[in-house]
Amino acid sequence: MSKKLISIFLFLLLIFSGIDSMAKQRFPKPEFEKKYTVPDTQIPASRALWLEYFDVFMLVICLSVVTWFVLKKRSRLGVLSVSVFSIIYFGFYRKGCVCAVGSMQNITLGLFNTEYHIPLTVIAFFIIPLLFTLFFGRTFCAGVCPLGAIQDIVALRSISLKKWVQAMLGLIPFVYLGLAILYAATSTDFVICRYDPFIGIYRLNASFLMFSIGAILLLMGIFIARPYCRFLCPYGVLLNWVSRISKKHLTITPAECIDCRLCEDSCPFGAIQIPTPEKIRENRFITVKRLMFFCIVIPLLIFLGGWTGSRFYENLSMVNLKVRLANELLMSKNEANESQSIEITTFKSQGKPEEKLYSEASVIVKQFYSGGWILGGFIGLVFGLTLAQLTFVHYQKGYTPNKGTCLSCGRCMDYCPVKKGEK
Amino acid sequence: MNTTLRAGVVIGLCGVGTLLAKRTLNGKTVWQLDPSKCVQCGRCATSCVLTSSAVKCVHVYEICGYCDLCGGYLKPEVKDLNTAAENQLCPTSAIRRKFVEEPFFQYDIDEKLCIGCGKCVKGCGAFGNGSLQLQVRHNICVNCNQCSIAINCPADAFRRVPENNSNLLKGFTK
Repeated sequence: MSKKLISIFLFLLLIFSGIDSMAKQRFPKPEFEKKYTVPDTQIPASRALWLEYFDVFMLVICLSVVTWFVLKKRSRLGVLSVSVFSIIYFGFYRKGCVCAVGSMQNITLGLFNTEYHIPLTVIAFFIIPLLFTLFFGRTFCAGVCPLGAIQDIVALRSISLKKWVQAMLGLIPFVYLGLAILYAATSTDFVICRYDPFIGIYRLNASFLMFSIGAILLLMGIFIARPYCRFLCPYGVLLNWVSRISKKHLTITPAECIDCRLCEDSCPFGAIQIPTPEKIRENRFITVKRLMFFCIVIPLLIFLGGWTGSRFYENLSMVNLKVRLANELLMSKNEANESQSIEITTFKSQGKPEEKLYSEASVIVKQFYSGGWILGGFIGLVFGLTLAQLTFVHYQKGYTPNKGTCLSCGRCMDYCPVKKGEK
Repeated sequence: MNTTLRAGVVIGLCGVGTLLAKRTLNGKTVWQLDPSKCVQCGRCATSCVLTSSAVKCVHVYEICGYCDLCGGYLKPEVKDLNTAAENQLCPTSAIRRKFVEEPFFQYDIDEKLCIGCGKCVKGCGAFGNGSLQLQVRHNICVNCNQCSIAINCPADAFRRVPENNSNLLKGFTK
C-alpha cells in the first residue's frame, strides 16, 4: 500500500517538475515529424590536470639544472641554454602563466580570504623557487623565470649605473610589492599579472599600452640589464631577502680570489662587491653617532610613511570594483542622471539592496585605510634601511657577488683566470 | 645565525604551504561565466586577453524552440524577412541556419567566427527560450590568474568552478 502511494507521489512529482521546466520556455520543444536527433551541446575539456603537475615537475628540473650549471659546472653557456628553454616552455608554450612572480598574490589572497581556493600548482610555484634560493642563491632568476630570461638574452651592451641610482631605483620593487599585497589581500585585483610587461609578447597578444611597455623595457634592457628584475619585480624582493642567508651561492672564483680585477666590470647588474681594505675603518664614535641617528630617523620615517599612506586610502580603494560601484551609485543620485553606466543599470536590475552594497564598500574602504598605514610604514622602513645601508661600509676581502642582488647569471665566472684547485 | 634563519624560513614556507593546501580544492579550477547573471554587455568580446575572446556563444539545443523567426539570428524589425547579411544579428555571421522541417530551423554556432559579443544571446533571451548562452571555452581559455573579463564584468558573473563540472549552462542536462 505504502509503496503504491510513494510511487504515485513520485509520478505526480515527475509530472509537475516536467510542467515546471516546460513553463520556463516560451516556445516548447517542437515535435518533429521527420526523424531528427537533437545535436549535443559540445563542452570542450580544459588542459589536463597532469599537465599542470608536469609544469611543476619542469620547474624543479629547470631549477636543478640551472643550479648545477651555476654551482658545480660553472658554465654560463649552460645557464643561457636553460634560459632559452624556459623562454620556449614557460614563456611561449605556457604563455607566461602560471608564474612564480604572480603566485605571491594568490598566496596573499589565500591567507586573507578563507573562501578562496588556491590551486596546489600555484603554491608549488611560490614555494619551490624560494626554497631553491634559500639553499643555492637566486638561480631561479638566472635562467628559469621566463620574465628574467627574455631580458637576459637582450642584455648585450650593459652600462653600469651609479650606486646611489641603483639603490634609489631599487626601492620601486618594495612599493610594487606592498601595493600588490594590499590589492590581493583586499580581493581587489592582481596588479602584478595585469601589468606584466612580457606576457603580451609570450601570448603574442596584448593591449597596445602593455606591448609598448614590454618593448620599451626590452629596448632599455639592452643597455640597462634586466630593468624589470632589478627595479620592478616584487618577487625579486622576497628572493633578495632569502638569498642573503642562502647556504651556498655562486662564487666568482672557483678557488681563492687573486684580486686581479678582471671581473670588476663583468656584472651587468652591479652586484659585484669590490674588496675594501681594513684601514679606512672609521672611528667608533662616529659609527655610534650614526647608529643613534638612524634609531631616531627610521621610526620617524615609518610613521611619516604610514601617515602619508593612510592619506591616500580613498584613492587606493577606488581600484576596488565594489567601492567604485558604490561611489558611482552615490554620485548618480546627486546628479540628474541621463545616461547611466552599465554597472549601475546592472546593479539596479539585480535588485540587491543598496544599503548592503554601501556597507560592504565601507568595510573595504576601512581595510584600505589600515592597509594604507601598513603599506606606508613598510615603505618608510625600507627607505630608512636603504639609507642606513648606503652609509655603512661593508668590509671584505676579494671580489664576491652581493648575495642579495646577484642574479646568479654566471657572466662573471668566465672572467676569472683562476682555475679550480689552483692557489 | 644564518642556519637558524634558514630553518625559520623553511618552517615558515612549509607552514604557509600546508595551511593553504588544506583550503585547496582537489583538482583544478577554471573560470566560468554564469549565464543566469550575464547581462550581455558585450565586454566579454573586448576584455579578454586573447583577441577573439575565449568566451563564445554556446547553443543548448535541448531548450531551443527551433523558431523560424529566431530572435538570436535575425535583427528585430527587419525590412524584408530574409536571411541576408544585413538582417543577421551576428556581426561575424557565426550563426548557421539549417532547415529541419516546416517551420523549424536548427541553429549552429561557428566558434571560429564567434567573438563572444553576446548580441544573439540578448536577442534569444528577449524573444526566445534563452538557448543561446555565453560560456568560457576551456580549449581556448588560458586560465589567467585573474580573469581580465571577470574584473570588467558589470554583473559579477564570472567565478572559478571545478574543472570536472565546468559548465554553468541553463537547461543543460547531460
